[in-house]
Amino acid sequence: MPSLIDIRRRVRAVKSTQQITKAMKMVAASKLRRAQERVVGARPYAQQMLRVLNSLAARVDPEAHPLLRESEGRPGAPPLLVVISADKGLCGSFNTNVTKQAALFVQDTPDRQVAMALVGRKGRDFFLRRRVDVRYEVVNLFQHVKLAHAQEIARTATEAFTEGRVGSVYLLYNEFKSAMSQKVVLERLLPIPRLSVENGGLIGPQVDYLYEPSAEEILTSVVPRHVEIQVYRALLESAAAEHAARMTAMDAATRNAQEMVDKLTLYMNKVRQAAITREIIEVVSGAQAL
Amino acid sequence: MASQLTLSIVTPEREIVRAQVDEVELPGAEGYFGVLPGHTPMLATLTVGRLTYRAGQESQVLAIAFGFAEVLPDTVTVLAQMAERAEDIDLSRAETARQRAEARLAHPDSDLDYARARTALDKAILRVQVASRARAR
Repeated sequence: MPSLIDIRRRVRAVKSTQQITKAMKMVAASKLRRAQERVVGARPYAQQMLRVLNSLAARVDPEAHPLLRESEGRPGAPPLLVVISADKGLCGSFNTNVTKQAALFVQDTPDRQVAMALVGRKGRDFFLRRRVDVRYEVVNLFQHVKLAHAQEIARTATEAFTEGRVGSVYLLYNEFKSAMSQKVVLERLLPIPRLSVENGGLIGPQVDYLYEPSAEEILTSVVPRHVEIQVYRALLESAAAEHAARMTAMDAATRNAQEMVDKLTLYMNKVRQAAITREIIEVVSGAQAL
Repeated sequence: MASQLTLSIVTPEREIVRAQVDEVELPGAEGYFGVLPGHTPMLATLTVGRLTYRAGQESQVLAIAFGFAEVLPDTVTVLAQMAERAEDIDLSRAETARQRAEARLAHPDSDLDYARARTALDKAILRVQVASRARAR
């Protein structure tokens, strides 16, 4: 039977762990709120952008722009997978889900030739240990996601695509569904899927615009911007999802710690009771012997 | 015909302005242009410049840079990469940014990205202008 002091020490250890997880949960919750605001704030821009792109695509031959063109047989060019993970752990299965999906993607690709762009420390560490063709990596950006980060990622991907080094570009990230659930999604970034261009959904009747300068010129400036925004949105979604995942994970950890404390306390009381009882018996039987 | 315009200015970060206005002036890539209610639908690219809008007697100035404007008879949607209200601009910071950009252009070293430095200068000058005009009033 463990001594009273040992159990008491364990209770104290569990309690201090619990304090940490509780604090982390609170921090994650407040960060989540801010991240969520940013996701919502970025939405109108993305929607308007899509509308403009739609109205342009109806007017201009999509084949005119290299980023809209369906792959024109680039023999041997692997797809580029942009994997967005977190910089930190302690957020449940958040990172594992992404890396698992990424591994599946590689398995499904013929020849298993996939070029990777790794965003976030956890994903990078995972794939650097495996022999993967890493074209690009960036870490430590989730402290504060800036548009400049997205622009750099978008530029790298676009360059690789237009120069024919990769045949297509995919984005893999955790989508923020709600504070309780995240979902790993895979989206094709380049060439820009025809579906999202043509049936953007919300558009009403087509408007006949004047273009200044020409429609083609506007298209060439809208399309790269659209790619940037897609990446930016994915980064923001992932950041919000990360905080949500951490909050849930830390909440569970705090509850588990509480359960453990309760169990240990009960046990400790039993041990103490047993010790007291034993002492009484000793005293009583000592008195009887006299 | 609509008597007023709904102006909305959005940047990738957030929506900066949503207001009912009487008139908007925008920095188009091919020169400034004004929009009144009932304008023909138009899509225009924007450059670095001042955006002015007027509601009644009140007029407001914003510094904006790059993006597009979608003009419809009763709405103007501005998608800008950067948009700042005059009162949100830190004048001293803009001033130092301007000096830095000027210095960089005055002493170009070999790996200077000229176009980028030029844009930085344009933005800095614009910020200073917009901000100091707002102070003056």
